[in-house]
Amino acid sequence: MIAVIDYNMGNIRSLGYALQRLGAEWKLTSCAEEISAASHVILPGVGNAAEAMENLNRLQLPELIWKIRRPVLGICVGMQVMCRYSEEGDAECMGIFDAKVRRFKESPGVKVPNMGWSPLANMESKLFKGIESGEYVYFVHSYYAPLCPDTIATSRHPELFSAALKYENFYGCQFHPEKSGEVGSRILDNFLKL
Amino acid sequence: MPAKRIIPCLDVKEGRTVKGINFEGLADVGDPVELGARYASDGADELVYLDISASKEGRNTFTELVSRIAERINIPFTVGGGISSVEDAARLLDAGADKITINSAAVANPDLITQISSRYGRQFVVVAIDAKKVDGTWRVTTHGGSRLTDRELFSWAKEVEDRGAGEIMFTSMDHDGTRNGYPCETFANLCDSLSIPVIASGGAGSADDIAAVLSQGKADAALAASIFHYGETTIKELKESLAKKGIDVRN
Repeated sequence: MIAVIDYNMGNIRSLGYALQRLGAEWKLTSCAEEISAASHVILPGVGNAAEAMENLNRLQLPELIWKIRRPVLGICVGMQVMCRYSEEGDAECMGIFDAKVRRFKESPGVKVPNMGWSPLANMESKLFKGIESGEYVYFVHSYYAPLCPDTIATSRHPELFSAALKYENFYGCQFHPEKSGEVGSRILDNFLKL
Repeated sequence: MPAKRIIPCLDVKEGRTVKGINFEGLADVGDPVELGARYASDGADELVYLDISASKEGRNTFTELVSRIAERINIPFTVGGGISSVEDAARLLDAGADKITINSAAVANPDLITQISSRYGRQFVVVAIDAKKVDGTWRVTTHGGSRLTDRELFSWAKEVEDRGAGEIMFTSMDHDGTRNGYPCETFANLCDSLSIPVIASGGAGSADDIAAVLSQGKADAALAASIFHYGETTIKELKESLAKKGIDVRN
């Protein structure tokens, strides 16, 4: 059973359908026993990082997530709150990944949010098994994690940023695998096989 | 920088696709889910579904359809048509839509943009703007171009951005349906004046028109209906032709 953490941060329907298309059994939950017993844990997230941290703290989830030794995947804001800090709402975050999340700066030709399909590069993880450098995934975000020792894939807007992060059993991706076509579903499948 | 996006638009009435030819190997071209899946596998970057039903039954059918689309389609999709309240937007979000598009309702009640954006995030809100040139000024229109408002395109677009829209979809009513191409200079000025992405809609007659609005016109994405529905070009062919012109598209 895959636990998708329920902390009231946005619509998880697309993620649920993506898992269903892969034939995976999943459950939306904030129950400590269910999360601890899951084979894989996903921390989704749409919206504001400060609000996301508030919700996680209220449910006492950061302490629980820290202790998980099975694979954990944070998606988008879910990945950002696994970093040390986010500029969005000046939020102290979970500190799993060694990065401080910053806002993109608008400039001529650089739109914020970064919305659309961008190629991945510099992938270094089993999460990207079968995915080649230059394959596209779908991003929607105004904040990003800069490159850091935990970076396992990069993309550009226009500077390099972390498209994915890894620390021990914890993974994070800034893009939305559930919305990234065939490439995204292979990445989710790779995660489920970890 | 993200690749330039190609977005087919499907008109839906009482749960069925309105336009469309018989694609080879596609059993039911009238089924919006099947047609959308076909476009997605052909390389569409996103899909837009517009509900043009007039009846309440049609609207309910559309909400059910949105759930079926979300279940099947693995790329982002936007839905629109008849959204005039936060509740309408919430219903479509719950059904699985990634984004909603609002047009006349935003002009009538600009606060709607603020309300939906603050509740569900900027990425969820696409504001469509229809405008036409009157005495040298781009004036915003509503109700499919039939009503002229006092709003001016550039100031309205800025207000829409400031109120929290994540993207703007601009249609020139002087070009829509003509298949003579887009007003590229206006698009370039609009894109330069905003920091959110702009989707070009209405006017594409050929791959060259789309190439022009994505390069000279600086648009981030192009929305088209008839050139795909009538099978004049496939998305794959269009993208190959754009790539040959040096435009960055997802292959």
